Amino acid sequence: MATLNPPLAAPGSGVGRSVLRRLGESSALPILAVVAVLILVWYAGAVLLNWQTEGDRLVSAGAPYTGLDHVLATWSAKRPVLPAPHQIAVELWTSIATVRPTSPRSLLFHAWVTLSSTLVGFAIGTGLGILLAVGIVHSRVLDKSLMPWIIASQTVPILAVAPMVIVVLGNLQITGLLPKAVISTYLSFFPVTVGMLKGLRSPDVMHLDLMHTYSASRAQILGKLRLPAALPFLFASMKVAIAAALVGAIVAELPTGAVAGLGARLLAGSYYGQTAMIWAALVAASVMAGLLVWIVGRAEQIVLRRTGGRA
Amino acid sequence: MTGPALSVRRRPWLSAAVAVGGAAVLLGWLGNGALGAAFWVLTLLVWLAAWRLAAQLAEMPLRARSAARIRDVAVPLLFGLTLLLLWELLTRGLAVPRILLPPPSEIAATFAASLPILWADFAQTFLKAVLAGYVLGCGAGFLVALLVDRSPFLKRGLLPIGNLVSALPVVGIAPVMVMWFGFDWPSKAAVVVVMTFFPMLVNTLAGLDAAGAMERDLMRTYAAGHGATLVKLRLPAALPFVFNALKINSTLALIGAIVAEFFGTPIVGMGFRISVEMGRMNTDMVWAEIWVAALAGSLSYGLLSVVERLSTFWHPSYRKR
Repeated sequence: MATLNPPLAAPGSGVGRSVLRRLGESSALPILAVVAVLILVWYAGAVLLNWQTEGDRLVSAGAPYTGLDHVLATWSAKRPVLPAPHQIAVELWTSIATVRPTSPRSLLFHAWVTLSSTLVGFAIGTGLGILLAVGIVHSRVLDKSLMPWIIASQTVPILAVAPMVIVVLGNLQITGLLPKAVISTYLSFFPVTVGMLKGLRSPDVMHLDLMHTYSASRAQILGKLRLPAALPFLFASMKVAIAAALVGAIVAELPTGAVAGLGARLLAGSYYGQTAMIWAALVAASVMAGLLVWIVGRAEQIVLRRTGGRA
Repeated sequence: MTGPALSVRRRPWLSAAVAVGGAAVLLGWLGNGALGAAFWVLTLLVWLAAWRLAAQLAEMPLRARSAARIRDVAVPLLFGLTLLLLWELLTRGLAVPRILLPPPSEIAATFAASLPILWADFAQTFLKAVLAGYVLGCGAGFLVALLVDRSPFLKRGLLPIGNLVSALPVVGIAPVMVMWFGFDWPSKAAVVVVMTFFPMLVNTLAGLDAAGAMERDLMRTYAAGHGATLVKLRLPAALPFVFNALKINSTLALIGAIVAEFFGTPIVGMGFRISVEMGRMNTDMVWAEIWVAALAGSLSYGLLSVVERLSTFWHPSYRKR
């Protein structure tokens, strides 16, 4: 063992270390470490932020208490400024598992409302994005005149317009799912258009020339060369788009008086000072965002494998 | 790719004359009531003429660089003006209820008449909340990225989490921040900080890896330490990524501040004005506020682009111009 260069193939040499090293080289261990630190910071933050209010409560209760009691109290406060992670977990559990999924008290019900408008908006946005990209690739006029406006459209904080869109469409007797989906559409079409445009222009000149020598029509070039080449770009931008669609759906639920949906849950929580409710809705939204992006990623793998890509 | 250039190069002045003249006639017509079928036929004609003009301009073979640049501005401008004209003609011609969609002329009038209010809202939302939050969030993200960069372990742990958080609906923390920091602008700035932090962190980390192995080896042969390599090689190489984050964040920041105002605010601010005037059905005021937001968003984006251009002039993407 004291040699400088131990033989590489010596049986059993450095097994323990290699396992450790593999753990260190994959990102599982670092991620777990970071998450653990975050949770610790969270608990510490809960102590700090709830210290004042809980202290006041303990003092007014009159009974003697120790420092430990005080710390524990900050982690189990009725109306915490910052709820501890386990309180959020309890809130999630009670609002998911103990009530029927169809009742408006269930988080699943609200998540479903948000999810449905997200998906509708995402579908329309993706379709619109692809259509625009195809149009821009084929028309120089569209490229020159429309493209700058598509980019400019995203510097407009569209979410600010959300209340107006909701109210205006409400006046036209369009309520419920569609107005929220409109906001999601607006947010999700842009990444798809830009990504798809890049993808449709990605085939190199050699391949395009080859199609020309086959005397392929524009539609054939589109269907057999450009679209397949654009698939990886499409999926990459769809991941961005679906996250944006979710944000759109949540924000669109704020101004409607907030009847149902995760955004409504946020608003209700902030009205009634139910911080655990807000955080539970936030966790639900985050989990949903993660799942949606993951699903798009899976679809990407499957489709690219089917089309012979190297994914 | 498009058809023979001959057909469209013919007489752009004719389409320009038809478009401008027709537009003038149409706008005059609006004031005199009684719109018939002829009005809509002329509208269609003007639209087609404008489209044709755009096509002619787009296809025009321009040798001079300055002329090409003017054309690149003129075509989208033409498109925008046509859109404004159609908006005006349709809303007034079809007598669309003002609550649904006010004509642009009316929005402009409201805009001009309520400049003090708009300025107060702008100062509250943009100059205080957005700027403070943007600077703090982007600065913190950048500095943390520099620190994290020194530890590969932390980097591998933080990068996936940062990417995940960038995809999360972070705006949702707005109610929490309003609860913690009160109704005035600090709570909005806090939302902006959280929203802008992670995109900056992730992009800077990616950018710091952008310098090639060759260049790094070269720095090593010069016996350059971490600091020198960072300042002379890796930070300049990371600049395009940093600017990308700055641009993404400029939109996010405005959104964050406005949305946070829906959860509680003193009686001034763009988000506050939008929700209140919408409740009163003053759609023109809402649109004026949106124009302010669009203007602020576009101007900051443009400013960032100019600064980016000046500081990353060496980047290959600018070479062809």
